[in-house]
Amino acid sequence: MSVPLLEVVRLSKTYDAGARTTTALGEVSFWVDRGEFLCIVGPSGCGKTTLLKCMAGLLRPSAGQVRLGQREVVRPPREMALVFQQYERSLYPWMTVRRNVRFPLKHRRLPRVEAGRLVEEAVEAVGLTEFIDHYPWQLSGGMQQRVALARALAYRPEILLMDEPFASVDAQTRAELEDLALRIRRDFGITVVFVTHDIDEAIYLGDRVIVLTPSPARVHEIVTIDLPEPRDQLTTKGAPRFIDLRARLYTAIARWRRPATSATPG
Amino acid sequence: MSDHDLGTSGRARWAARGTWIAVEALIPLLLLVAWGAWSATANSFYFPPLTDILSSFRTTWLFARFGSDVVPSLLRLFAGYAAAVVVGIPLGALLGLSPLALRTTRPVIEFVRSIPPSALIPFGIVVLGLGNAMKVFVIALACLFPVLLNTVDGVRGIDPVARETSRMYGIGAVDHVRGVVLPAATPRIAAGLRTSLALALTLTVITEMAASTNGIGYFILQAQRSFPIPEMWSGMLLLGLLGYLLNAGFALLERRLLAWHRGARGTG
Amino acid sequence: MGLAAILGFLEALSRLGVVDPRSFPPISEDVGALVLQLPDLAFWEAVAATLEGWALGLGVAVALAVPLGILLGSLPPADHALRAVIEFLRPIPSVALIPLAILLYGLGVTSEVFLVAFASFWPLLIQTLYGVRDVDPVALETSRAFGDSWPRRAGRIVLPSALPYLATGLRIASATALILAVTAELIIGSPGLGREIEVARSAGAYSLMYGLIIATGVLGWGLDTVLDRTERQVLHWHPLHRGAEAAS
Repeated sequence: MSVPLLEVVRLSKTYDAGARTTTALGEVSFWVDRGEFLCIVGPSGCGKTTLLKCMAGLLRPSAGQVRLGQREVVRPPREMALVFQQYERSLYPWMTVRRNVRFPLKHRRLPRVEAGRLVEEAVEAVGLTEFIDHYPWQLSGGMQQRVALARALAYRPEILLMDEPFASVDAQTRAELEDLALRIRRDFGITVVFVTHDIDEAIYLGDRVIVLTPSPARVHEIVTIDLPEPRDQLTTKGAPRFIDLRARLYTAIARWRRPATSATPG
Repeated sequence: MSDHDLGTSGRARWAARGTWIAVEALIPLLLLVAWGAWSATANSFYFPPLTDILSSFRTTWLFARFGSDVVPSLLRLFAGYAAAVVVGIPLGALLGLSPLALRTTRPVIEFVRSIPPSALIPFGIVVLGLGNAMKVFVIALACLFPVLLNTVDGVRGIDPVARETSRMYGIGAVDHVRGVVLPAATPRIAAGLRTSLALALTLTVITEMAASTNGIGYFILQAQRSFPIPEMWSGMLLLGLLGYLLNAGFALLERRLLAWHRGARGTG
Repeated sequence: MGLAAILGFLEALSRLGVVDPRSFPPISEDVGALVLQLPDLAFWEAVAATLEGWALGLGVAVALAVPLGILLGSLPPADHALRAVIEFLRPIPSVALIPLAILLYGLGVTSEVFLVAFASFWPLLIQTLYGVRDVDPVALETSRAFGDSWPRRAGRIVLPSALPYLATGLRIASATALILAVTAELIIGSPGLGREIEVARSAGAYSLMYGLIIATGVLGWGLDTVLDRTERQVLHWHPLHRGAEAAS
């Protein structure tokens, strides 16, 4: 196909705390195609968040680089947006939903009307139009995460990075949010890089799934998800192919789960 | 509390609430009446009848000495307080954002803070004489520290996720401080502002007692010395009233501006 | 390190004449004047006098505020009603009582103790109230279910749980107490550091004045440090549940 949108080339990250050196990321290489939904799974603490932050330009890698098109990513690029797991910490309680979603647009210096339109479209896309003038703390957890999502959407990124965004909500809400993520990718044509520890979620959402090893993380394998579109919570998750893929991924991960002596970071 | 069903239980609840409110308002009133009754019969020189005090209050402060004493006091208070706020918040934000600057200045701040503000009055007199400048300076210096330290704490206590969010969306440092850091630190800053307000009143009185020719503090000390005791009490009453009003006024303002904070904490 | 830089800066300001060295003697001179005081008995008497006012006033406040706080905190109806009174009386600046203190007790230590006690009373009372009300209700219920009498409950459950709040209250009260003690000495002229500072000023002995101010600062800092260390020692077992801001 064409040139990949995003490339991660031999990325590694080590932290030096005096005498001790922690390797958060071993050596990771992969690419992301335009328009795809790429999931990254791995055991807790393996460095998934570090990887995402390096991709987003929030952290400088110790070695290797992240390339967006032709340019190396050294600071958060305009084309990317990141949705954090803890929505309650990233949304601003003194702003309404509308103003929260509008906040990233400030520096873009758009005409008022245009910015307002972007905000309203984003809020509508996540289904919160009737709450647009509420405060985040008046909404449920799932709704707050939607606000975070809307905020990223209004920004109109090319690539949306999501760091275990649905881990803190209940199962039912999570199912709704998963479908919302798929819808958004389809309607807005965004490329999504989605980090999760939930294998089912990764298979359900992804076009490809990257499996990372435990810390220090490396790419263990990359699985192409050849499930039919559009995905559906009921039929897709019941399909035999889904079960095959799931077995495959679980086996890969189980290999590391067994030794309980390996650091269970948390 | 939805009383959509105003049956007997609903009415009982309303009655209970009414009782509580009445009790809350009644107790202070009862205490006042008790004081009034006791002072009227006690015939003590030091504790004149409440009625005398109240009438003295009316004649003295409404409005004979209002312009000559209350106004200067209030002006000094607000001038000192404003100076402390104007210096304290930006400086506190700066120190909160720069761990290096904080570490360097911390020992000095901690030390100057430990000095009881009254001990600084002679210093103020040496440097600025006996006039308003000295008073405003001492008030400002004393009020600086609660504001400064609370601002530092508020700024430092901000979640690092907030910074990352701003970086992600390309929000510059200035906008980040103005739009994220300061609003997020506001509850903490408000606590400091409130403490400082009480401190401002205290220091206004002290500086006026120490070196002044007008003002409420000056007045009550004079009254004590030259023996119009009801006047002295009326001044004390006025100070109590001022303290209460300033505090209540601030609480009201805080309630409006920080509604979001209470909401956020409520749902936790 | 930063401290040294700032001190050096201030010293230079004075020695170079940037500020009037008569009003701002160099820091070294001030410290020197203070050091010269150290062998002088009168100096230590002044320190002792300040501490005496501080300690006595604080003691009275504790003796009154803590039992009252425990009592009020344990009786919901009383607490509700007294809240209004407390909220009204609390913002009254204690210094407003200075003339009354002079009237009642003259110009000596007693006035100082009275003022210190009044001022320290409020933070202690409020903190104790918060502490008592914050006791884990489940623990209380369990104790009641086991048939513990009220004094036992108070001693075994309420008091330990409320201790961190009390500790915070004590620190706030201690700082307040010192401020009022020095204020009383300054204005009323009761014996103590406050009076000595004013005496030095009116005598024009500015180095000594600054030295004494520094001494007061050291005293304040020292008291706070001692309380802090003691608190940590005594309460090391407590899950640092120090969310005891008496804010509003």
